[in-house]
Parts: sequence; C-alpha cells; structure tokens
Amino acid sequence: MSKPVLEIRGVTKSYGDKQVLGGIDVTVNEHEAVALIGASGSGKSTLLRCVDLLEEIDDGDIFLEGECITVPNTNPVPFRRRLGLVFQAFNLFPHLRVLDNVTLGAIRGQGADAETARREGLELLERFGLGDRGHDYPDRLSGGQQQRVAIARAILTRPRALLLDEVTSALDPELVGDVLNTIRELKADGMTMIIATHEMNFARDVADHVCFLQDGLIIEQAQPDELFTNPKRPETQRFLARLLAAR
Amino acid sequence: MSAATIELTTKADRDRAKQARNRRHMAISAVSTAVVLGLAALAILTSPGWPSVRTEFFSAHEFASSFGSILSGFWLDVRMFLLIEVAVLILGLLIALCRIASAPILFPLKVVCVVFVDVMRGVPTLLTVYVIGFGVPALNLSGLPTSAIVLGGIALTLCYSAYVSEVFRAGIQSIHPSQGGAALAVGLTRQQALRYVIVPQAVRRVLPPLLNDFISVQKDVALVSVIGPAEAFRMAQVASAANFNYTPFLAAAALYLCVTVPLTRIVDRMQARALTERGAMLALGPR
Repeated sequence: MSKPVLEIRGVTKSYGDKQVLGGIDVTVNEHEAVALIGASGSGKSTLLRCVDLLEEIDDGDIFLEGECITVPNTNPVPFRRRLGLVFQAFNLFPHLRVLDNVTLGAIRGQGADAETARREGLELLERFGLGDRGHDYPDRLSGGQQQRVAIARAILTRPRALLLDEVTSALDPELVGDVLNTIRELKADGMTMIIATHEMNFARDVADHVCFLQDGLIIEQAQPDELFTNPKRPETQRFLARLLAAR
Repeated sequence: MSAATIELTTKADRDRAKQARNRRHMAISAVSTAVVLGLAALAILTSPGWPSVRTEFFSAHEFASSFGSILSGFWLDVRMFLLIEVAVLILGLLIALCRIASAPILFPLKVVCVVFVDVMRGVPTLLTVYVIGFGVPALNLSGLPTSAIVLGGIALTLCYSAYVSEVFRAGIQSIHPSQGGAALAVGLTRQQALRYVIVPQAVRRVLPPLLNDFISVQKDVALVSVIGPAEAFRMAQVASAANFNYTPFLAAAALYLCVTVPLTRIVDRMQARALTERGAMLALGPR
C-alpha cells in the first residue's frame, strides 16, 4: 500500500449562502490518479482550487504528504509550489513566449537556475511535440497545443501531485486526443493526479479511483470498472444514463 | 430556365466594379475637399478684418525675427516634458499599485493616494501650478526647491500622475482574474504575480491612453510660464508684446504641433492595430 500524497478530510466551502462543497473526503495515494466526475456545478473545480489553496476552505483539512496545508493564516505559496494545477481555459500568460510560460514559476517562484530551467522546459516541450514552438507566443498555438504547454508549465517544477481541472472541456473534439495522451503518459511515469473530467472513457481508462460528485458531495466512489458498470446509487445511475443517452 | 441563359459574374467583372467604385470615391473626396476648403478660404480672405489679421498674425518678418528665441524657449519645454513624463510613469504606477494593494499596513498610504488623486484630478492644472510655484517658496524651508522650472515640473508631475495612476489602475483591473490565479498556481507570490504577469499585460493594454496623457503633458508645459520660466509660450508673449504682433504665438503653436502631432499619429496607429488584433471589423461593410 503506497502512502497518501493528498488527503482531503471533511472539506466544506460556501460562496455566500450557496454551499459548493458539503464535506468532501478523498485520499490520493502516490502514483494514483483519482477522477472526479459529475455535472457542471457539482463542485469539482472548486475542490481542485481549494486543494491548490486558491480558495480558502470553510472547514475540514487538506494534507499534503501528511502535512496539513489548510492551517489558517499560513503562507500558501510553499504548498502551491509542491502542487501543479492545469486549468480548463489554459490560462497561459499571453505576453510571454511559450518557453517563458513554462519556466516562469521555476525561475521566479522557486529561484531555479534560469539555464537549467530553460533546458528542462525545452525538453518537456519536445516530449510533448512542441519543441519548435518555444519562441512563439501562446496565441499562435492551437487549443490542444496551448493546453499541453499549460501541462508542461505545471509539471516543470516536479510537483508532488498534479491537479487537472477539466483540461479538455474547452478544446475542439479533434484536439482532445493529444492532450489526453499526454496525461496518460504522465500517469504511466507515476505522476499522482486528481482529474476533474467529463471524458468518461478517459476516466475509466486512466483513473485508479473515481468519485461521483453531486451538489458538493461525493455520492459514490469506487474503482472505475465498478462505478461505470455497476453504479450503486440512483444519482450515479441517472448521471451515467443521461451521458449515454446524450451520445 | 436553363443555366446557360443566366449571366454569371466573373472575377474580372467584380474587380472592374471594385476599381470603378474606388475611383468614384476618390473623385468625390477630392472634389468635396476642394469645395469646402475653397469656401472656407474665400470666407476668411474676403472678410473685412482680413488685411489687419494678416499683418498681425501672419507677418513673415515677425515670424523670422521671433522664431529663434521661441525655439530656444521650446528646448526648455522639451527637456521639461521628457523628465515629467518619466516621473509621471513611475509615480502614476506607484499610486496605482498602492490603491490596489491589500496589505493592511498600506492602508494609510492608500487613503493618502485616494485623496491625492481626487484633489489633483478635481483642481485645474493651472491652479496647481500657481499654488506649488508660489506656495512652496513661501514656506521658506531650506532644502525645498525654489527654481520655478523645478516647481512647475513638480506641479505638472503631480497632476498627471493622478490621471496616469487611474489609467494604470483601470489596466490592472482589466486583466482577467484567471491570470492572477495561474500566476499563483505556478508558485509565484502575490507581488511576483503583479510584477511578472499582471502589470506587464496591463501596461501593454493601456499604452494608447497613456500616450494620450503624454500628448497633454507636452502642451501643458506651457502652463508653467505663469510662474516665470522662459519656455516657448512665454518667449512668444515677450516677442508679441514687443511689437504688438501676434505672429510669435503662431510660431510657438507650430513648435508644439511638431511634437504633439507625430505622437498623436503613433497613438492612432497603435489603437488601430489593437483593434485589428482583437479581430474587430468595421461596423459597416466595404460599401
């Protein structure tokens, strides 16, 4: 049994009167990928933003390698540097070239040696099939390429866990495959991940564990084969049936 | 009806039509411009006061004899507005950053900045020049500048820093919050996120309005003349008073235009480029 990298315990979050997370418990072990599935607005993105400390949680605890990262009034920056987050809308820095996008966090945030960071950044880009795009600005790239740059940006600093927030939802259908393959490769390399996704086949394929969220609660969690072929809860059954019907 | 009987428009037909349209537009523009300018010139040249206006405003002799002193005065304007523009950039950005800062320690500074911007934007620039130009020396404090040039420069710097700080603040606030989120997510601190991600994008976005304020600075240096410095407008006043002729003012105006018009064109071009970059189309089609 590998040790947990991320433990989310009883996390709640409200925006005003609206509760977005109603007490979430998730454990992500080393080298594991946990998929979060559920309708838009079910709380997947908010949970990832809470884990990366971009949102302050109302209650509960989040542990990174056994260390509580949600103690009030602690500096979130050192913890964020041990995590990587990839956004649905890429959120690349439009004023920086691709390679500078990838290395900004390492060089400015972590004080890494600029030469080393640039060399490693270029290696990552090459690995993602973008070796010749380092000097372009992000708006010259397709959505799928931009998202792969965003993934390179998130993993250059070797995070302990990678948080993927619906990273293919903003892509044209023909560009989804490349991005998903990139994530599969990272999983094969042993990256620990939480993946919020609408791609059920991908979740089934790459995740070790799947959580179905609805209205800020985990309704059901199980191994992918179990959850997708034999969902226990009626909410899960309805959600999966609707997805099937839509196809 | 069979297809063969329909007259199809060929590309050559369309090209010819476009050329004809362009020629027609150019002809109409040329004729209407000539008519309007001609009528305006006729109205001025046939007005009863024209002969005296001509000698009082358009004297070649006066122009030539006053131009040298006005030009040397204008050199002072140039040096002043260049320094003021640099100072305004720095002070304006600092004020903007203070106003958006969230650190509680900066709260008093924030209040000062809000009051400063309100006052400086609300008071006529000329009045600020007077108050600083005559008020600061009257304090009789050692160490304070007494040169009218320096004091005038400070007054204009304060005024325009207030305007420019608002331009910067609007620019910073126009950058989407997701950029800040992405900057934090890659491990930057708040200050680093501002410095490397938010402010560089904001500055690019507000460059045209920023340069517009610079155009204003370039001509408003003339206001400093009220507290004494012998800049172009002042020299024109002196030359004008000597011979009761207004031509020197036209000479000064020509010099101000020499620096403001090129910058205006640059701003226009930048704004046009920004528009096309965002894919904006003309509101109406080619016709």
